[in-house]
Amino acid sequence: MKKITTRTLAPLLLSACLAQMGTAQASIAYVSNEKDDSLSLIDLDSLEVIETIDVGQRPRGITFSKDFSKLYICASDDDTVQIMDTTTHQIIGELPSGEDPEQFSLHPDNRRLYISNEDDALVTVVDAQDATVLAQIDVGVEPEGMAVSPRGDLAINTSETTSMLHWIDTETHELIHNTRVEQRPRHVEFNQDGSRFWASSEIGGTVAVIDVDSKEIIKTLRFEIKGVHPDKVQPVGVKLTDDGKYAFVALGPANHVAVVDAQSFEVLDYLLVGRRVWHMEFDSKQQLLLTTNGISGDVSVIDVDDLKVTKSIKVGRYPWGVAVKP
Amino acid sequence: MDVRQLAYNVVSLSMLGLGSIARNSTREVIYRYFLHIPRGQSGRNNNGEPAQNDNNNGEPAQNDNNTGCIMNSYTAHHRRVTHSLRGSTPAALRFALFWLSLLLMAGLSSQAFSADLQIRIGYLELIKERPPLLSNVLPEPEDSGLQGARLGLKDNNAGGRFLGQNFELLETRSQQLTELIEQARDWQNEGVELLLLNMDAEALLELAGQFSPDQVLLFNVGSAENALRRGQCLPNLLHTLPSRAMLTDALAQWMKAKRLTDWMLIEGARPEDKAYADSLRRSAKRFGAKIVEQKQWSFDTDLRRSAQREVPLFTQGEDYDAVLVADELGDFGEFLLYNTWLPRPVAGTQGLKPVAWHRVVEQWGAAQLQKRFDKLAGRWMNSHDYAAWAATRSIGEAVASSGTADALSVRRQLLSEQFQLAGFKGRKLSYRSWNGQLRQPIALVQPRALVSQSPQEGFLHPVTELDTLGFDHQESQCRDLLAAANH
Repeated sequence: MKKITTRTLAPLLLSACLAQMGTAQASIAYVSNEKDDSLSLIDLDSLEVIETIDVGQRPRGITFSKDFSKLYICASDDDTVQIMDTTTHQIIGELPSGEDPEQFSLHPDNRRLYISNEDDALVTVVDAQDATVLAQIDVGVEPEGMAVSPRGDLAINTSETTSMLHWIDTETHELIHNTRVEQRPRHVEFNQDGSRFWASSEIGGTVAVIDVDSKEIIKTLRFEIKGVHPDKVQPVGVKLTDDGKYAFVALGPANHVAVVDAQSFEVLDYLLVGRRVWHMEFDSKQQLLLTTNGISGDVSVIDVDDLKVTKSIKVGRYPWGVAVKP
Repeated sequence: MDVRQLAYNVVSLSMLGLGSIARNSTREVIYRYFLHIPRGQSGRNNNGEPAQNDNNNGEPAQNDNNTGCIMNSYTAHHRRVTHSLRGSTPAALRFALFWLSLLLMAGLSSQAFSADLQIRIGYLELIKERPPLLSNVLPEPEDSGLQGARLGLKDNNAGGRFLGQNFELLETRSQQLTELIEQARDWQNEGVELLLLNMDAEALLELAGQFSPDQVLLFNVGSAENALRRGQCLPNLLHTLPSRAMLTDALAQWMKAKRLTDWMLIEGARPEDKAYADSLRRSAKRFGAKIVEQKQWSFDTDLRRSAQREVPLFTQGEDYDAVLVADELGDFGEFLLYNTWLPRPVAGTQGLKPVAWHRVVEQWGAAQLQKRFDKLAGRWMNSHDYAAWAATRSIGEAVASSGTADALSVRRQLLSEQFQLAGFKGRKLSYRSWNGQLRQPIALVQPRALVSQSPQEGFLHPVTELDTLGFDHQESQCRDLLAAANH
């Protein structure tokens, strides 16, 4: 069914795109559906799903190459990272990711991909251009969150069971520091200039803001939602606006996204979204924020200026990752 | 030099050597790349995929002996390496690689243990006599509990190496309690203060009585006995295995939520069956279920041949919504299902069963824990394994955050309000300060699927709904272990 849709729609879309050449094209959000082995494509003008594409097994983390010509997909149960051509939507290659790749982050050089191998307590560094393994770095149990600093000199990996942030020197590929945080760190997000990063602890229920130069935790954020037991407030995804104004924190089974003042660290609001919200992404102008809601199988759309949830879009089963192509 | 700096030195040393346990994972990857061992085959028994076995318990570990006293200091390398060399590799190559890796390890292992803090954990198991049972087709694994402790040790060391902490597990299993007591004394003289006890309540109390509370910290990973949590608390005894009361409360909440509130209760003749039945009676009262009929199982026929004829007659009586069974060892309970006079669900020790852990739990990241256990032990992880894993991991977390590993400071850490353990159950776990019980959600399972997890929605508690399971502060005569630890 899905295949038919893809195949029949692809030429149509292609011709539609060609017909529209010259006019502004809508940007598209790609959403990985963990339990459907597929991607849902959402047109960000109409906010509708325009296509569903079959990919490898258990797709989780997804990210674009810097020029948006390729999409890298962690196909966790296939033990590979797939490369998709974003014009044809064909899988054009695979990267030797190590076992069970879950999340990854692309270095600003557009070549080095830092991949968490959840089952093997490893971070694998792959050259995405010639598909070779550059390094494998031992980290704690169940590595998950992965981020490379915009400065390019530092990568941070979180190990869930060891409850640590591992600081990786991207020159030597050695660990230069470890920071213990609260239980089950899931995600890391750098700010625009790479001077700080935010790390969520799912079971601890907190987000640590860490200063890169001093390597110190400068703030530990806690969340409190009326009517939700504190144990169910489980932060996962974090997104920061480029203007340094807001941080958004997805609170998992609490079904809310926290809006935080990124300067004063004050929690400004909690926005109700779909069930079990994990990851998020802005559109290219940072006017919209999309959230993946695993249990309800949808994507919530947040208006960043108004701080309101404006729409929810049904996608596949267990949406996990989201990436936006302008 | 601060702790972290020291940790780096340890890390860089272990980079050189193959000593650190987590290095094995890299090795395994390397083997896999070079030898083309299919994924998933490496850590398993030769018998193949446990999950596809009809034997739900998987395979008992190959090298565990059921008799006599077994002692060994377990270092995960050996087992792990042997396992990773199984699979489709030619035997000769496997053999050569195995010895090569052993040689490498022998040469470099001294570096692996150059950690600043060496934490030794003792595991003591009283091997149970197993009476003849009717449901004996699928035997229980003989290393229940032990394998969980081993996995907890691996997890601790994977993180500990970044902090200059190295954990070691000492194991003694025996059929003689006196041997275990002697062993515990010897260990204590050598400075081993953290002990996991896999034994019944009586044995546990006898062993605990040999020490003053500040000398050792004990983790009960083997006894669900309610009395240990209600009245017979010891200041230095923590429980990672749920009490019977927690199990039966978890079940009763679900029954209440499903409005299955008229119960026929059938109990076996053994003391543990009575204990489970008493716990069911308590839970029924607590959550508003009614026991309309109680029966004692006393048949001595072989039900495997006659269940269809005998059980319907036996289960005649007042109209009931469900049959609750108390048969802990599995003598007759399995034969009640589908044979009751009224077509009703069976729950308790058989049928829908409340457990601390089961292979079917996969949410909340549990799939990863299951995979790691499967790789290590080659069988399914059960409640005793989970309890031993949780005890070992609790120690790991306490030591990681305080940097100290003596019995008293670990006890203070674990009982403090700050303590939290990520236990793959969807929320943080902590210890009850009045009786040392690890708070935890309880899974309700049937053999091939998770049915529900208690506490059920709507059962409220002023502090945490987890305390709707088992003995809450008011119901326990035990008082403030934390204050005792801080005396």
